Amino acid sequence: MRRVLVLPALLSLALTSCSLVGGDDEPEASDTGGSAPSEVVLVTHESFVMSDELVAQFEDESGFDLELKASGDAGALTNKLVLTKDNPTGDAVFGIDNTFGSRAIDEGVLAAHDAALPDGAEAFALEGDDAGMLTPVDTGNVCVNVDDTWFADKGVEPPATLEDLTKPAYEDLFVTPGATTSSPGLAFLLATIAEYGDDWPDYWTRLLDNGAKLTEGWTDAYQVDFTQGGGGGDRPIVLSYDSSPAFTVDGEGGTTTSALLETCFRQVEYAGVLAGADNPEGAEALVDFLVGPDFQAALPEAMYVFPVDPAAPLPAEWAEFAVQPEEPYTVDPAEVAANRDAWLTEWSDLISR
Amino acid sequence: MTRRLLVLAGLALGPVLVLGVFFVLPVSGMLAQGLWPDGRFDPGAVLDVLTRPRTRRVVWFTIWSAGLATVASVALGLPAAYALHRLRFRGRGLIRAALLVPFVLPTVVVGVAFRQLLGEAGPLGFLGLDGSPVAIVAGLAFFNVAVVIRAVGASWESLDVRPAEAAAVLGASPRQVFRTVTLPALGPALVSASSVVFLFCATSFGIVLTLGGLRYSSVETEIYRLTTQQLDLQAAAALSVVQLVAVTVLLALAARLRATADPGVSRQVARPRRPRREDVPQLAATAGLLLLVAAPIASLVVGSLRVGDSWGLANYRGLSDAESGTALLVPVTDALVTSLRTAVDATWMALLLGGLVAVIVTRRSRSSTERRVRGALDGFFMLPLGVSAVTLGFGFLITLDEPPLALRDSPLLVPVAQALVALPLVVRTLAPVLASVDDRQRQAAASLGAGPLRVLATVDLPVVWRPLLAAAGFAFAVSLGEFGATAFLARDEHPTLPVVIFQLIGRPGAENFGMALAASVLLAATTALVMLAVERLRVPSVGAF
Repeated sequence: MRRVLVLPALLSLALTSCSLVGGDDEPEASDTGGSAPSEVVLVTHESFVMSDELVAQFEDESGFDLELKASGDAGALTNKLVLTKDNPTGDAVFGIDNTFGSRAIDEGVLAAHDAALPDGAEAFALEGDDAGMLTPVDTGNVCVNVDDTWFADKGVEPPATLEDLTKPAYEDLFVTPGATTSSPGLAFLLATIAEYGDDWPDYWTRLLDNGAKLTEGWTDAYQVDFTQGGGGGDRPIVLSYDSSPAFTVDGEGGTTTSALLETCFRQVEYAGVLAGADNPEGAEALVDFLVGPDFQAALPEAMYVFPVDPAAPLPAEWAEFAVQPEEPYTVDPAEVAANRDAWLTEWSDLISR
Repeated sequence: MTRRLLVLAGLALGPVLVLGVFFVLPVSGMLAQGLWPDGRFDPGAVLDVLTRPRTRRVVWFTIWSAGLATVASVALGLPAAYALHRLRFRGRGLIRAALLVPFVLPTVVVGVAFRQLLGEAGPLGFLGLDGSPVAIVAGLAFFNVAVVIRAVGASWESLDVRPAEAAAVLGASPRQVFRTVTLPALGPALVSASSVVFLFCATSFGIVLTLGGLRYSSVETEIYRLTTQQLDLQAAAALSVVQLVAVTVLLALAARLRATADPGVSRQVARPRRPRREDVPQLAATAGLLLLVAAPIASLVVGSLRVGDSWGLANYRGLSDAESGTALLVPVTDALVTSLRTAVDATWMALLLGGLVAVIVTRRSRSSTERRVRGALDGFFMLPLGVSAVTLGFGFLITLDEPPLALRDSPLLVPVAQALVALPLVVRTLAPVLASVDDRQRQAAASLGAGPLRVLATVDLPVVWRPLLAAAGFAFAVSLGEFGATAFLARDEHPTLPVVIFQLIGRPGAENFGMALAASVLLAATTALVMLAVERLRVPSVGAF
C-alpha cells in the first residue's frame, strides 16, 4: 500500500512551495481601475540585461515599478509588437534595431517621444524617423574579426576588406552566422549589399566557392569554429563585433584578435514608447532613463555594446582594444524595409543551392 | 448508452477545455491572421505558397529526415529497452537515467556539443559530417532514443512472458520468438513511440539549423523564419496548415496500426532476470548506445572544466553568484529552482490531463459512434506535438489578451505550455498499457459490486502504476529541458535554466562560454538525479502486484 501514498505526496508537493502555483508570491498588479498605473512594463529582446541596482535606481527616481518582459531576438520582438499593436503587452520597448526600425514605425507600433538625448547621440537617430518615434540607446558594429596570432604563426598577411575574403589565400578560413537566423549575420549581408549593390549575389557565390562556412548563430561561429573561441575551432576569420577584441585580451598587454574596420556594418538599438501604452508617462520616464548617464555607462559591461552618449566612460579594456570604425557601411532603413524579405529569400535560396 | 456518452463527455470536458484555450484558440488565431489577411478569406495566396518549389523541397526534407531519424531511434532504442527493462544487473537504474539525459538538454547546447565533436577541428572531424544531413539525423536520434526506450520499455516490462516461453518450448529460436510473439505484442507501444518520435523530429528546430549549417530547411524552421523575421503570416499559415494536415494523417495511420495489433495480451509483470549468454548482443548494443550518447555529453563536461589553458572548477564556482563582467542574469542556482518548480507544475498538469485522456481513449466502446469519438479525442490530444512552437507562442500573445482569457502574462502559462508538450508522451505511455487490460477484468470487478473508482484502483492502477511513474519522469524531463515555448513566455525575473544557458552561450568571453557548459552539465546532472529518484520510487512496488 505504500505506493498509494505517493500520489497524495506528489499532490502536496505541487500545492506547497515546490511549485509555482503554491509558491508564487507576487501580488497581481492591477491597473484596470481609474487610478494611475503604478508599474511600467518594458518589452525587450532576450539579450537585455539591466542590473538590480539600475532597476532600483529607476524605480526610486520615477516612482514606478519596472517589469521586464524579455524574449526572442530583435526580429521576433518587432514582429510581436506589430501583431499585438491593438493591445500591446507593455508600455515601452527596447531593442528594435536599425534594420527593423522602419517596420515598427510604418506599422504604427510606436508613439512619438522627444527624449532628452545626450549631446552627440543625435547622430544615431534612425534615418527617416522625423517624428521622433525611436530613441537611440546603444550602438555596435558588426565586423569581420581575425585571429592575429594564427596569421602571425603562419606568416600570412591577414585580410582587410570584404573582397579579400574571396581570395585563394583565405580559402576555407572564414565562418559567419547566416543572415536568416542571426542579426549579425543579417548585418553582414547588408554590408555586402552596401559594398556591391545589386551584384551582391555574385559576391556571395564567390565567397561560398572560397569555402566560407555558415552557422546558425553567432555562438556557433565564434565559440565553435573560430580559433580563438571557447571551443577551439580551426577557422581564424569570423564575423563578430568591433568590441570582440576586448574579450580576447592575452594578459600581456595585448589582444589576440582584431576587427577589420573596413568590413563593418553599424547596428543601432532603439527604445520607444508603445502606442496604446497603459502607462505612457512611465514609458517616457523609462526611455529617458535608458539614455541617462548611469544606464549608458553600464551598457558595455551589461550588453557588450557602445553607449550612444559619447561622454559615457568605457571600461579600460574597451578603451584600449575595442576600436570603432570611422565609416561603417550603412543601408538606408527605408530600402532595408522595402527589400529585406526579397533579399533574405534570395540569399537563402543561394546558400541552399 | 446515452449515459455512457454523457460520462465520456464529462470526463473529456476538462482536458478538452484546457486544450481548447491553450492550443486551438492560439493556433487558429495565427491561422486566421494568415488566411484572412484583411478580414477577407484569401486562399489564393496560400495556394501560391504551397506551389513554390522551395516549399516542396522543405516539406520533402522534413519527411525524409524525420523518418530516417525515427528509424534510427527505434533501431537504437529497441535493444536498450529490452536490456534495461527485462534484465537485471548492477547499474541498470543509473544507465536508464543516463540515457534520458539527452532528452532534456537544450538544443543550443547539444548543437554546440555535437559540433565540437563533428566540426572540422573536433575529434570526429575526419568524418566530414559537420553540416551534413547525417549530422542532423544523428542529432535527432540522440534526442529521441530515450522516448523509444522509455515507452517501449514500460510496455515490455509488463509483457506476459509465458507466450514467449511457450514458443521457445515448442522449438522456436530466440529470433523467431522475437518476431512472432514479442514484436507483435510490443506493436502498440512501438507504433506509439514511433509516431511521437516522428512528430518530435519533424518539428525539431534548433538541430536542423545548427547541425545542418543552414543549408537545410524543415517546415518548422521555415515557419520560424517566416513568422519572426519576415512577418509573412500568409506563408507561415500555409505551412502550418500543411503541418496540421500531415499530423492528422499520421495520427490516423498510427491509430489504425495500433488497432490491428493484438490488445488482448494478458499482462503479468515478470521479474527481470539476470542476463544470459543470448542477451549479449542486446547488452552490447546498449553499451554502444551509451557511448554514442556519452560522447557529446563528455565533450560538454570537458569543456566545462577548461579554464583558460588549464583545468579547474572556476566555471562551476561562477554559477552561484551573478557577478559583474559575466552575462549571468540571476545565479544559476536560482534558475535551477525556478526550473524545478515549473517542472513540478508541468508534471502534475500533464499527468492529470494525460491520465484522464488515457482512460477515456482506452475504455472499450460499445457503439461505433462512441469508438469514433474516443478515436478523435485520442488524435486531438496529440496535435500539439505537430504544431510549431512559434505559431503557438505568437498565438498566445494575440488571443489570450482579453478578459476572461487575459492569460498571456500569467506565470502558469509556461508550465501549461510545457504540459501540452508532455501530454502526448504521457498519453502514449499510459494508453498502450491501459488498452491491454482485458476489459472482462473490469466487468468482473463491476459485477462483484465495485464502483467505477474502485475498478480504476484495483484493476487499472496496479498495471498502470509503473508506466505512470515513467510518464511522470518524462513530463518532468520535458519541462526541465523545454526551451522553445519557455523562451517565448519566460518572464525575465524568473528565467529557467535553459533560458539562462542560452543567454550565457550567446555572449562573448571564454568565461561565459565555460559557465554555459557548466550550467548545462548541472542541468544534465539534475535530470539524471530526478530520473534516478523516479527509478527508486518504483522499487517498493516491485512484487506488490
